[in-house]
Amino acid sequence: MRRAAILLLPLALVACRQEMAQQRRLDTEGRSSLWPDGAAARLPPAGTVARGALAREAAAATPPAVTPALLARGQERYGIFCAPCHGPVGDGDGMVPRRGFPRPPSYHSVRLRAAPAPYFFRVITQGYGVMYGYAARVAPADRWAIIAYIRALQLAQSAPLAAVPDAREHLP
Amino acid sequence: MQGDPDDLRSPRDSVHAQLFPRWSTLVARLALFALVLVPLGLLGMLMALQYTPYVTGQGITPDQPVPFSHEHHVGGLGIECRYCHGGVETSRFAGLPPTHTCMTCHSQLWTNAGMLAPVRQSLAEDRPIRWRRVNALPDYVYFDHSVHVRNGVGCTSCHGPVDSMPLMRQAAPLTMGWCLDCHRDPAPHLRPEAEIYAGHWMPPADQAARGAALLRHYGIRTAHLTDCSVCHR
Repeated sequence: MRRAAILLLPLALVACRQEMAQQRRLDTEGRSSLWPDGAAARLPPAGTVARGALAREAAAATPPAVTPALLARGQERYGIFCAPCHGPVGDGDGMVPRRGFPRPPSYHSVRLRAAPAPYFFRVITQGYGVMYGYAARVAPADRWAIIAYIRALQLAQSAPLAAVPDAREHLP
Repeated sequence: MQGDPDDLRSPRDSVHAQLFPRWSTLVARLALFALVLVPLGLLGMLMALQYTPYVTGQGITPDQPVPFSHEHHVGGLGIECRYCHGGVETSRFAGLPPTHTCMTCHSQLWTNAGMLAPVRQSLAEDRPIRWRRVNALPDYVYFDHSVHVRNGVGCTSCHGPVDSMPLMRQAAPLTMGWCLDCHRDPAPHLRPEAEIYAGHWMPPADQAARGAALLRHYGIRTAHLTDCSVCHR
């Protein structure tokens, strides 16, 4: 009898739990058995509008003033989100099209050089053709920053030589 | 009493002499030492065990539902960290991309690949992919990604050379001692803002001077970096 009790002792170790290290809480992007999709994070119910969302949307409709800081931000965001397909200079020769993705149109085409800024904003937000929308990934303010940088790219590819007086010395 | 007159010992004495040979004294002394040293040694081994990869998980590559390769996407294609881990600058959690992000390219590329079946299934059923966590900290550590990447600590300083990892592995031991190595003296690890997301960053030769300048640039007050409440609440 006593021997049997000793053999059962290791079972007591099972009761030792790391309650501090693994607390009974839902972690960010963790799992939960409460909902059928198994995720702890919830999406807002369909048709709901977040507080302040309409005001933010209205504020995002007007492009901000173009400053060097905005262009720098745009350059950084363009490098993260756009360059993989549109290429570093915006001609559509990014690494992803090189690997087989349909090649996007060049920003330096006549059509896109003439396209107004809100058109670019709409395309970034909603997507276009095989391009997915970036509404969830690029904040409205960053979309304007990216558009400002696209304008800089367009200018850089078609600026008259007279606009950059120092450039002639560097030309071959 | 009859017997050998030369044998002066009594029969009792001869029994005693055989019971404890001469070396038994040495054994008894060694046993006394062992009584102290063996438990100490076991304790030391138990403590050392806590720093082995067996316990810390360093170098472990968990099985994932999709064999996602950072080497291909980051190293090969040049996709930046923040394309997928968009929360890293603004929140505690760097964030895993929603399936929508994967499908941005894979709606057109490798659309019939068997290894991407869980991704397509996730999109079709509107259920998130169940990735397994690679870098896990205990729940009593309140680590915040944003405060690190905004103050000169780059991704690869903790996550290792991600752009050369075909499958994601835990690069660092993630022990408290490892955290404190940097919190006690962050200057050797600090990078300029433009290099936070660089795939390969090695401290330049003049890092001592640069690190001091970067401490001032980011406004890092090292005096409080090791306060308990910096990481624990």
